[in-house]
Amino acid sequence: MIMIKKRRIPRLLQLVLVVLGIYFGFILTFDVILGQLIPKSLLTMYMFFVISGVLMVFTFTEESTQELIDPIKALVEDPSKKMLRNIVFVIVPLLAGLYTYSSLSLSFEAPVELRTIHPAPPSKVKAYGKRFDLATLENPYRKYEKEDPDKFRELVKEGGDVYIQGCQYCHGDKLDGKGPYAEGLNPTPLNFQDVGTIAQLQESYVFWRIATGGPGLPAEAAPWISSMPVWQDFLSEDEIWKVILFLYDYTGHQPRSWEHE
Amino acid sequence: MQKRNSRIIIGAFFIAAFALFLLPSLVPGIDASLAFADEAAVASDADAITYAPAPKLTAADYPTIPGVNSRVVVWIVAQLHLWFGAFVLAVPIFVFIIEVIGMSTRDQRYDNMAYEFIKISITAFSLTAILGGLLVFCLILFYPDLFNYLATIFKGSMFAYALLFFVESAVLYVYYYGWHWLQGGFKKWVHLTLGLLLNASGLLLMFLANAWTTFMMSPSAVDAAGVFSGDTWAAIHNFLWNPINIHRTIANVAYGGSIVGAYAAFKFLSARNKEQRAHYDWMGYNANFIAIAALLPLPFAGYYLTAEMYVYSQQMGITLMGGVFAWIFIIQAVLIGALFLSANYYLWCGMGRSEGAHRYYPYIKYIAIVIVVSFLVWFTPHTLVLTNAELKSLGGPYHAVLGPLGIMPAKNTAVNLLILFTFLSFMFYRRANKIATVPWAAKGNAIQIALFTTGIINIFILGTYYGYYTNTVYKVAASIPQVLTTLVIIAISVAIDAFMYKGAKEVAPLRWGRVPARSQYALFLLAVSFTWLMGLMGYVRSGIRQHWHVTNIFRDNSPDAFTPGLGYAANVISIATIIFMAMVMFVFWLSTISSHKSKTAGYWKEQGT
Repeated sequence: MIMIKKRRIPRLLQLVLVVLGIYFGFILTFDVILGQLIPKSLLTMYMFFVISGVLMVFTFTEESTQELIDPIKALVEDPSKKMLRNIVFVIVPLLAGLYTYSSLSLSFEAPVELRTIHPAPPSKVKAYGKRFDLATLENPYRKYEKEDPDKFRELVKEGGDVYIQGCQYCHGDKLDGKGPYAEGLNPTPLNFQDVGTIAQLQESYVFWRIATGGPGLPAEAAPWISSMPVWQDFLSEDEIWKVILFLYDYTGHQPRSWEHE
Repeated sequence: MQKRNSRIIIGAFFIAAFALFLLPSLVPGIDASLAFADEAAVASDADAITYAPAPKLTAADYPTIPGVNSRVVVWIVAQLHLWFGAFVLAVPIFVFIIEVIGMSTRDQRYDNMAYEFIKISITAFSLTAILGGLLVFCLILFYPDLFNYLATIFKGSMFAYALLFFVESAVLYVYYYGWHWLQGGFKKWVHLTLGLLLNASGLLLMFLANAWTTFMMSPSAVDAAGVFSGDTWAAIHNFLWNPINIHRTIANVAYGGSIVGAYAAFKFLSARNKEQRAHYDWMGYNANFIAIAALLPLPFAGYYLTAEMYVYSQQMGITLMGGVFAWIFIIQAVLIGALFLSANYYLWCGMGRSEGAHRYYPYIKYIAIVIVVSFLVWFTPHTLVLTNAELKSLGGPYHAVLGPLGIMPAKNTAVNLLILFTFLSFMFYRRANKIATVPWAAKGNAIQIALFTTGIINIFILGTYYGYYTNTVYKVAASIPQVLTTLVIIAISVAIDAFMYKGAKEVAPLRWGRVPARSQYALFLLAVSFTWLMGLMGYVRSGIRQHWHVTNIFRDNSPDAFTPGLGYAANVISIATIIFMAMVMFVFWLSTISSHKSKTAGYWKEQGT
């Protein structure tokens, strides 16, 4: 009787193929299909845990673990694999050396920066010659959203005028952080459309950031770099509150609050 | 003789109970009329105590010892004390539960295991006390004005704490040394009651100590100058006290389970025969079960605590999640993910105990995919680390696809899925060696599949619609129905399984001890990850006060009043973790030498009869 043995891809090769498939899958999905590249730092983190997960699946039974380990053992112990062993033992350290060299060698590339998007606000802030308690400070015009919608629309429009005159050059006419000057700035201006910016913040926080700008950033976790002007020198308190109304209205976000609508 | 002992033990029990219930009356202000008083309740004029404002210190007011970094010393000692404290508080909680299980099932293995657990904690108990004493010395030595300020406000509760510590010790020793004596019938009930009393006193101790810590974060009944104008209860019942109490109680149980799991793994790997391996395998499984059962609700308790911090202070919340500490939260996410991964891996390896589990093997890879994908979402940072070339290519620091994964709605959704699929691993494990024989088994399975499917859809809708298209109130609030969905799925599935597998047919025996050694390393990883995680997050909890000893009222003007860099902080915590693990290994080793006996032929003089 002739036994027909189903040929199966060796377990070790399966593992390597799965890992490579996921790695290139990430690059294909993000860099090519979505057009938004996946940062190297994040891809490294992702792959570390992907490999952990794949290893877990491949080793949770004894049989599978043995299948995975046997070729590695054979490579080290089997006298007939001497040539292959020598090749692997030369290539692996060379690859490790190449990786280490390329990671540590000096380049003209500026070092990566870990920027905190939301610096923590002080509890009280000085602006317009007085002190504001950020925990209790509220937008005086927010109430008109319900009480007098017509007046609210008018205020939003006035805020829009302020925005076009002063803010859109950097933050963009779509509020997406891509104004005409944005390319020249590092860090780039904030994208208010992003769900992680003003949508996460109370209006008092936004008031603080506009009024005191880059120089008003807190001492903790300094040095901050920001080219945001100190708008209290150019705008009135009312104008800042109106422009805040406009920011939320245009983007469709709601300011962070603790009260239900 | 036995009768006399019973009388002594009952007497000791009543004294302990009396002391425990008497203690609250020693704490000024804790009585029924004041218990629900407003935080800022002012003591009556008659017995009003005038408190001094918070001192304004200079660097010269902080005593120093050449060559000693006072902050690092206090930091490490406090952390070690907390780790041991968490362990010795947690062990009696699940020892009590296991003892109850043993008592109700009359399965002595549970009783023996509970005894072995409490035996491990005995040495750790004295180490906790020693480290607590050392911490007080360090605080008095290096931060005398801070200690004095807090002690003035908390003198009542500190005194109660000291007394309560004696009560707890007394109960613990009777509970432990009386274990084999208080067996059977009424005596077992007495022993169980002692266990309850031990837990009550232990938790009360922790709650009191929590109050001192949370007062430093969210002081109550104080004015801007730090003048305290309330009573002890007002100081204890500060804004963050209860959220911390809940979080720490649950976390302690998970942590205690993981440490005991590491002990079982240590004993399993050093076992010399089949019986020992089987015993410690079973023990490790139960410890892991405890750790995971408590780990499942932990992310919710943590989320509640963080949300409360945000409510208390926007500054504190942003410092925590969006500011300087945000990257520690990424490390935290990675470690929590590592906990889930190792817990799942342990369960999958454990399926090898029974041949019946083979039918579930094909599903494991799908569970792994969901767990890893959820995990990747769980730790995707909001602020990406980008090279200049990447920054240029993306047109700014905002990633259109990954950016939304950086905020809480995505993470809440991911963690709920992590929990659900970990639970699914557990369900498969439980079914490994059995086949349901009830006629409605197919329907039962269908209901469970429907439950999981609708639940997951609900979690997704809550996470995406409410998480991204409504205001922050709903974003935060949506996490509650998400959690409830997960809990409902778990509760109903457990109930269905309980009925469906009643009298189920065993397809293959469960062979305890037949697990690979690498599964035991998963238990070690669990314990180390927990320890490191607690250290890091403990640093964050304390660090968000930044340059304040007591937030906004008592400034830290010591030379160390700066927020250390992430690398520095991580190094301190890592060193503390290594010290703690070394001490834990010492405790484990002690438990092994107590059973060793050396043969000393010819050493002792023969005694004539």
